[in-house]
Amino acid sequence: MSDTTQNGPMLAADGTPLKRSLAKALRMQKIRALMLIAPLLLFILVTFILPVGDMLFRSVDNRIVQDVLPRTVVALESWDASSSELPDEAVFAALAVDLKAAAELKVHTKVAKRLNYENPGLSSVFRKSGRKVRKWDVENEGPYKERLIDLHDGWGDIELWRTIKTYSGTRTMGYFLNAVDLKLGAEGVEVRPDTERIYNTMLIRTMRMSLIITFSCIMLGYPIAWLLANISNRNANLLLILVLLPFWTSLLVRTSSWKILLQQQGVINDMLVWIGLVGDDNRLVLINNELGTIIAMTHILLPFMILPMYSVMQTIQPSYLRAAKSLGATNWTAFWRVYFPQTVPGIGAGSILVFILAVGYYITPALVGGTKGTFISNLIAYHISTSGNWGLGAALGAILLAVVLVLYWVYDKIVGIDNVKLG
Amino acid sequence: MKMTKLSALAMTTALIAPAAFAEDMANEMTLVSWGGAYQSSQDKAYVQPYVANNPGVKAVWDESSAEAVAKLRAMNEAGNVTWDLVDVVASDAMRLCDEGLAEEINHDEDLAAAPDGTSASDDFGDLLVSDCFVPQIVYSTTFGYRTDLVGAEAPTTVCDIFDLAKFPGKRSLQKRPIDNMEWALYCDGVAKDEIYDVLGTDEGVTRALNKLDTIKDSVVWWSAGAETPQLLADGEVVMGSTFNGRLFSAIAEQNQPIGMLWDMQSFDLDGWIVPAGLPADRKARAMDFLRFATDTQRLADQAAYISYGPARASSAPLVGKHAELGIEMAPHMPTDPANAGNVHTYDYEWWADNRDDIDAKFQAWLVK
Repeated sequence: MSDTTQNGPMLAADGTPLKRSLAKALRMQKIRALMLIAPLLLFILVTFILPVGDMLFRSVDNRIVQDVLPRTVVALESWDASSSELPDEAVFAALAVDLKAAAELKVHTKVAKRLNYENPGLSSVFRKSGRKVRKWDVENEGPYKERLIDLHDGWGDIELWRTIKTYSGTRTMGYFLNAVDLKLGAEGVEVRPDTERIYNTMLIRTMRMSLIITFSCIMLGYPIAWLLANISNRNANLLLILVLLPFWTSLLVRTSSWKILLQQQGVINDMLVWIGLVGDDNRLVLINNELGTIIAMTHILLPFMILPMYSVMQTIQPSYLRAAKSLGATNWTAFWRVYFPQTVPGIGAGSILVFILAVGYYITPALVGGTKGTFISNLIAYHISTSGNWGLGAALGAILLAVVLVLYWVYDKIVGIDNVKLG
Repeated sequence: MKMTKLSALAMTTALIAPAAFAEDMANEMTLVSWGGAYQSSQDKAYVQPYVANNPGVKAVWDESSAEAVAKLRAMNEAGNVTWDLVDVVASDAMRLCDEGLAEEINHDEDLAAAPDGTSASDDFGDLLVSDCFVPQIVYSTTFGYRTDLVGAEAPTTVCDIFDLAKFPGKRSLQKRPIDNMEWALYCDGVAKDEIYDVLGTDEGVTRALNKLDTIKDSVVWWSAGAETPQLLADGEVVMGSTFNGRLFSAIAEQNQPIGMLWDMQSFDLDGWIVPAGLPADRKARAMDFLRFATDTQRLADQAAYISYGPARASSAPLVGKHAELGIEMAPHMPTDPANAGNVHTYDYEWWADNRDDIDAKFQAWLVK
């Protein structure tokens, strides 16, 4: 008894203060929890967050110019890009030294490629000169200004020097500007010529078509989800398998089947011609356009809409509808005022799933979209795997990611993310 | 008779010499190619005989040539190159070589000489477009048409592609500016040797796109070589461009009613590169295989399986009959004089410099 009346801190059974003992126990618990999720956390970090971060970083990375042409960049600092005179001999000498070193390591082509994005034709100036300058004795043979211009008259073009100076920083907004159809000229940001504008059109098209696809999924999925939730369990299971069967089939198989169905000499057109609805020389164009992408993607994404709606509808008590009707509501009012509001969380969940999947799709649009039905992701894929302009691909990807996050935030403000239920 | 003995002798020496160093070579190699009929022709003509001569060596195929540049770049950055020999088109080889991702090859030292003693570099001649590239085949991008759907008169020039009045119906073109821009200018009245001068100006690009605009609504764009033969077989298009070997197999192997239009066919090359930075034992194996797989006989053998022309001059006389169909292969080669009357030679260097610029304009035109 006398122990507990002391004024000191409350002690645990082993004599340590209770507070510390509790903190220790909690810490142990936290560490244990962390250890349990550590493999997953590490996995996500290594295979997802780091690569995505690395890719996003490429959209602003411009170290290559300083890495390859360090002396030239320094020498150019004193040159006024808005003047109409070429840089002086010191800059050309620095360039000769840089170019020789770069050509020996075969990196001059990398900087040529980078600068060629901003000033087409520049790549050949670097490549052709690199081959020759490699053999120069750059310590002793001057002056370089005339020699270089002799080697390739591109070095006498003031635009080339402006491009190098404009893009000599280690970070660049060039890729992001390109991704929204702008470019950085010597006098600041300018709009790209009409013949090169493409990315804004594609981004808007991607958003618009994804919304259409999401909306078609709601319209087609809602009745099916309702049916699933309101028939006997046995029939519901059968129907659910029919919904899931295409879900389990390979994406490529499904897309290719749509090709066979939709093409002008395809099954649907053949049927329509046979019935006599359309003339043989007047077959409908259902594929290689927007319509083709919308049809095929609506089909492919439909299960992502039906499943959340179904699981929400399952939880709605049928007695609510009966109560509404017994209080005098018509069928429509009972549905619209009582049933529909309760299904909104399911529609919300389905819409977010379908929309976010749709904006990033590229296989299906590439196969059935022709030129009018492709998405911005097709251009990203093109820059990553074909053109090799990873910086631009990364910038487009970053913009797409940002747009999705903004839309998510807007959705949260309007509908509320707490209202989303997956079941 | 003397000739065959000589070449047999040359072959045995070629086989014995590397065998002496066999312990220093890796026993497994990963070859990268395009899949399909082309890869299988390489497997039959090069790999199977090589493995038969070098028991214990295992060759693994990877069908990644279409993304070879992007993947090699990624492998190089990660410092882990898993490929030993990569089959790429010439323009990709030049890009890889420029970026230091492919090993430079000493063509005369690393490759076998022709049976008559001609050095490899003379035997390949102008086709050695890059220091890192060993060409295997000459292929062409050209047109096929449905003989039963084009009407009484078959198309005879590439400009019939742009003639919707004479040849109504859809046509398929590759979804890239290369070749299409040149054909458009040619059919707009530009002389063949001035095409690249005109295309180098903004007006020239606009002119080419305007010409393509006249048929834009009737074009189905393809990105995989198998698409045009399929579209032709389905009757979705009446004419379309693709690689000549694809059309050959649709015509000769599948008996489709398709005719060849060789006018203004666009020659291109396909061949090997060795990735830079391989460990010594793997590189030795890759070089050993490369020497074997690009000798005169091997290149001629490949032509028995697919209608692409061997890249060595000395292989041409050895081209025989198709291995399964027994038909003469020579008339189906893009390089055959009867087919090569009017060809378009695509300028690698020009495209390497201007590709990004023209691509941006072409892609913008496509979505308009």
